[in-house]
Amino acid sequence: MTATETPAAQTPATDSPARETLTSPAGNPLGFGRMLRKEDVRFVRGQGHYVDDLVLPGMLHGAILRSSYAHARIVSIDTSAAEAHPKVKAVITGKILETLKLAWMPSLSGDVVAVLATDKVRFQGQEVAFVIAEDEYSARDALELIEVEYEPLPAVVDARRALDSDAPVIRDDLEGRTDNHIYDWEAGDAAACDEVFANAPVVVAQDIIYPRVHPAPMETCGTVAHMDKVTGKLTVWTTTQAPHAHRTVYALVAGLPEHKIQVISPDIGGGFGNKVGIYPGYVLAIVGSIVTGVPVKWMEDRSENLMSTSFARDYHMHGEIASTRDGKILGLRVNVLADHGAFNGVAQPTKFPAGFFHVFTGSYDYPAAHCKVTAVYTNKALGGVAYACSFRITEAVYLVERMVDCLAFELGMDPAALRMKNLLRPEQFPYTSPTGWEYDSGEYPRALAEAMRIAGYDELRAEQSRRREDAKKPGADPAALLMGVGVSFFTEAVGAGPRKHMDILGLGMADGCELRLHPTGKAQLRLSVQTQGQGHETTFAQIVSHVIGIPPEDIEVIHGDTDNTPFGLGTYGSRSTPVSGAAAAVAAQRIKEKARVIAAAALECSVDDLEWEHGRWFVKGDPSQGKTIAEIAMAAHSSLELPEGVEGHLDASVVYNPPNLTYPFGAYICVVDVDPQTGAVKVRRFIAVDDCGPRINPMIVEGQVHGGLADGVGMALMEVIAFDSDGNNLGGSFMDYLLPTSMECPSWELGETVTPSPHHPIGVKGVGESATVGSPPAVVNAVLDALQIRAADMPFTPAATWRALQGRPLRPDLAIE
Amino acid sequence: MQVPAPFTYERAGSVDEALSLLGRYGPEARLVAGGHSLIPMMKLRLARPEALIDINGLAELDYIRVDGDHLAIGALTRHASVLDSPVLREHYRIFAEAERVIADPLVRNRGTVGGSLCQADPSEDLSAVFAALRGEVVVRSASGTRRVALREFHVGPYETAVGDGEILVEVRVPIRTSVGSAYEKVERRAGDWSIAAVGAFVVLDGDVISDVGIGITAVGAEHFTCQAAEELLLGSSVQDALVETAAATCAAACNPSVDQRGPEDYKRHLVSVLASRALHRSISAARGEVA
Ligand SMILES: Cc1cc2nc3c(=O)[nH]c(=O)nc-3n(C[C@H](O)[C@H](O)[C@H](O)COP(=O)(O)OP(=O)(O)OC[C@H]3O[C@@H](n4cnc5c(N)ncnc54)[C@H](O)[C@@H]3O)c2cc1C
Repeated sequence: MTATETPAAQTPATDSPARETLTSPAGNPLGFGRMLRKEDVRFVRGQGHYVDDLVLPGMLHGAILRSSYAHARIVSIDTSAAEAHPKVKAVITGKILETLKLAWMPSLSGDVVAVLATDKVRFQGQEVAFVIAEDEYSARDALELIEVEYEPLPAVVDARRALDSDAPVIRDDLEGRTDNHIYDWEAGDAAACDEVFANAPVVVAQDIIYPRVHPAPMETCGTVAHMDKVTGKLTVWTTTQAPHAHRTVYALVAGLPEHKIQVISPDIGGGFGNKVGIYPGYVLAIVGSIVTGVPVKWMEDRSENLMSTSFARDYHMHGEIASTRDGKILGLRVNVLADHGAFNGVAQPTKFPAGFFHVFTGSYDYPAAHCKVTAVYTNKALGGVAYACSFRITEAVYLVERMVDCLAFELGMDPAALRMKNLLRPEQFPYTSPTGWEYDSGEYPRALAEAMRIAGYDELRAEQSRRREDAKKPGADPAALLMGVGVSFFTEAVGAGPRKHMDILGLGMADGCELRLHPTGKAQLRLSVQTQGQGHETTFAQIVSHVIGIPPEDIEVIHGDTDNTPFGLGTYGSRSTPVSGAAAAVAAQRIKEKARVIAAAALECSVDDLEWEHGRWFVKGDPSQGKTIAEIAMAAHSSLELPEGVEGHLDASVVYNPPNLTYPFGAYICVVDVDPQTGAVKVRRFIAVDDCGPRINPMIVEGQVHGGLADGVGMALMEVIAFDSDGNNLGGSFMDYLLPTSMECPSWELGETVTPSPHHPIGVKGVGESATVGSPPAVVNAVLDALQIRAADMPFTPAATWRALQGRPLRPDLAIE
Repeated sequence: MQVPAPFTYERAGSVDEALSLLGRYGPEARLVAGGHSLIPMMKLRLARPEALIDINGLAELDYIRVDGDHLAIGALTRHASVLDSPVLREHYRIFAEAERVIADPLVRNRGTVGGSLCQADPSEDLSAVFAALRGEVVVRSASGTRRVALREFHVGPYETAVGDGEILVEVRVPIRTSVGSAYEKVERRAGDWSIAAVGAFVVLDGDVISDVGIGITAVGAEHFTCQAAEELLLGSSVQDALVETAAATCAAACNPSVDQRGPEDYKRHLVSVLASRALHRSISAARGEVA
């Protein structure tokens, strides 16, 4: 298959107003507009079907024994008592996997990951042995019967100590390794940047930690694997955001024939990047099924999910921003120390070891930028990119938005005014950033002005001044709340990506799509991407409806089954609508064009005589002479004689290779009240103006934004996985790893501006991660504004906030002492 | 799924039956009430009882009533009932104020007063409430009932005066007049356990504090209280400085452990802030001022 080279937009980016008012018999919009999610009919009735719901005849259950140490040599493993358990069918150790050459598997980033530890354990919670039993209770009981003798080793916990000459070498499995260094990577022009900084009137430097957090989807990770010995077919039901990529990786790693592997991703209870990679448990379920000859289910529990699957962030950044005295930004540079854990298991386009971090120049106009990223191993779970971050753009936006606030603090300028002064202007688009990104479209000042309007920004600042004056008066209440206003502006780069730049393990990031119209005019749309809650079954039906005018309820969206959908790389990094959505739109456009030919044959006229409106081709000047798409579909399957070279039926197959990423953006304002005595932070208001181009289903977009904002509040105020000096994970349960609830979230105040993407066939941009990327700095900036201090690291738990106010901030990544 | 180690399960139909089941299964048996403390511990295999005796059927232990000059709360009373109780609200606002910030509605619908006290978690909010109010518990065994003052009830973290073969059946609190009470808690997030919490009641005789109780949780306060601070206040007339001194006394007397909820200096500081707020609000309420 070849990729379609996508020309400029083939349909107008926005609909005519008349079109939007058309509704289907079920009352749904024909195209863009608000409609309830089609998938929710099963979810609200509890009829979703998740991996753990699957029960197969004779199915066995697996459980993983995990390391209690962060770093230890394995002296011996005795599985005899576990094997003697009456309900245990098999116990698999690293030694056994070694004989199958499966003890190690390749990571998505050119490293290897232990499936089961052989020589050493390298983080607390690492997989050590796998028990397969008749039921999950017995499997877990048997774990306690396995005796492992460990020889504990000192753990590398603090990333800043990982490169010390006396640091223990974690990856002594890798030939020639004498330290914990993984890579150095840089972007931008260092020399030009240095020169700008050397001559800049103002330079502000700041250390910033974006601590380790976890995607924590409601559904944990798991797999049911069934190797059918008779047919030789392996069927894998698994929690994956990328079923096709997983199939190919299994074929490559295990040497299984790819046409005999079917990966099925049923309903998925949230992904957020957690379900992009392949975990040892998945491989163990497959090995288990091969060994036992029957299906094997492995489903991790909450603590296993939090302690062993991909974390996110863990960037220690040193930023420097240069400007003129009146606040014209001249340059930004940053050194990053990236904590990748014990294995470099980052999931991202392979040519980008630090993801898209180098889009850190953000939304502002300045010439000089440079970043250097040094990645290190530590005795922590592997990962590095997950959690709705658009491949490290979360860290990038956090960096620039914190640095701009640090600059505003030093210059004594209003942070919104400083941003307004430096934002890219509409006429600069398409804009090539100093690190080489081509921003497709944007009207930044308009979005910031809109957010300030909704917020009543000037009144907020007036209230704040009033309160600050009152607090200085004699007899003022020492418990009076401190009010803070935080601003952030973000530019996202989503829809990875053009094949020539972006691949994962050599697989180009284009996505296939098949649209098939049945004779009665109902349609099936087969996607390579996989919904985990984003609403694909609705949004993609609306995309097709938008182009060919059939009701969204007449379009069945099929996804998550590699035998029944075309190849593609899956859903993460907000790429589904930019890439697969474009594929669906192009497929529908092809159907529409083919329908025209068939309509002309049926109406016995020339295609040039036909005009299109409201899902119907009709003869110019005689609207009564026409055929709806449904009538044309029937004709396409009938005995109607078609012109030379035109095949029957009405379907289309597309592979979409995006010409560029899409660049959604937004302006966020957060208002907080801080109790100066207890350090408790309350988010009073949150205003989010998002521009993701035209909104296919505004309700779904708002839902995505709401969720992302809650994420942002969580990361800013409570979420963190810290480790004590022995490498014990201090965030291994939901009592310790705190997710925000509705009680911490204000009623979100949303706004929008609409700047279409010039290269997407229907002008839309991704939005799935915008709010997660954009909101943490707004909350943090608001807290620091309330405290009137320049910097401290999130999360702002009451203790952290109080200590920041005392001038003795806490290190979020380490155990509190 | 986190699954507990194997155990047998029995359901008691009466207190007597529960007691005889406890006798039959011996010290490795555990009662289960709301299960919101015990079952998570079992799933983590930190608790491994051989037998669970379910007392959720004991409707006879689910009540809140006035019993002479005391309020009596049955051991199986759910948090949600305590939160909503008009009787408790009429006498002590501390109950509703504390319950509102204990866990979340799901936990409050199941978790019980008896389970909370018997769990004896060092961060339990109701322990602080009952310690402040100088409540007492009624414990039954096959050989009879006994009463234990709440301030002598906790023997250590996760350890109480309730012995093998005993059931806590009731908690009692003296009714006081001209009383105001309040509860102050800071948590990292709704539904989280306290970083620190302080509850108080104050009885005013004119401007003189004629009775006072302070309850403190999550910071290692001995018996969930601070007697020195109470003594400082008792018999004195209300003065801001005295309240601050009492609050500082609470902070100095507690023994917080350092964890991800906060460092020691913060926790001590927080105790003094919360003690001061709880006392001030109790005093206002005792004066009949609307908070
Ligand atoms: C998510 C979550 C958040 C929470 N947050 C808070 C909080 O903020 N503040 C707080 O104070 N608590 C909190 N809790 C604890 C909750 O209040 C307690 O779990 C609950 O009230 C304990 O009561 P239970 O009935 O569930 O006890 P169970 O779990 O059933 O039992 C606990 C223990 O008490 C024993 N027991 C129970 N009843 C009796 C009896 N009548 N006689 C003798 N022994 C008995 C049991 O054998 C067991 O050892 C939280 C719990 C959860 C799950």
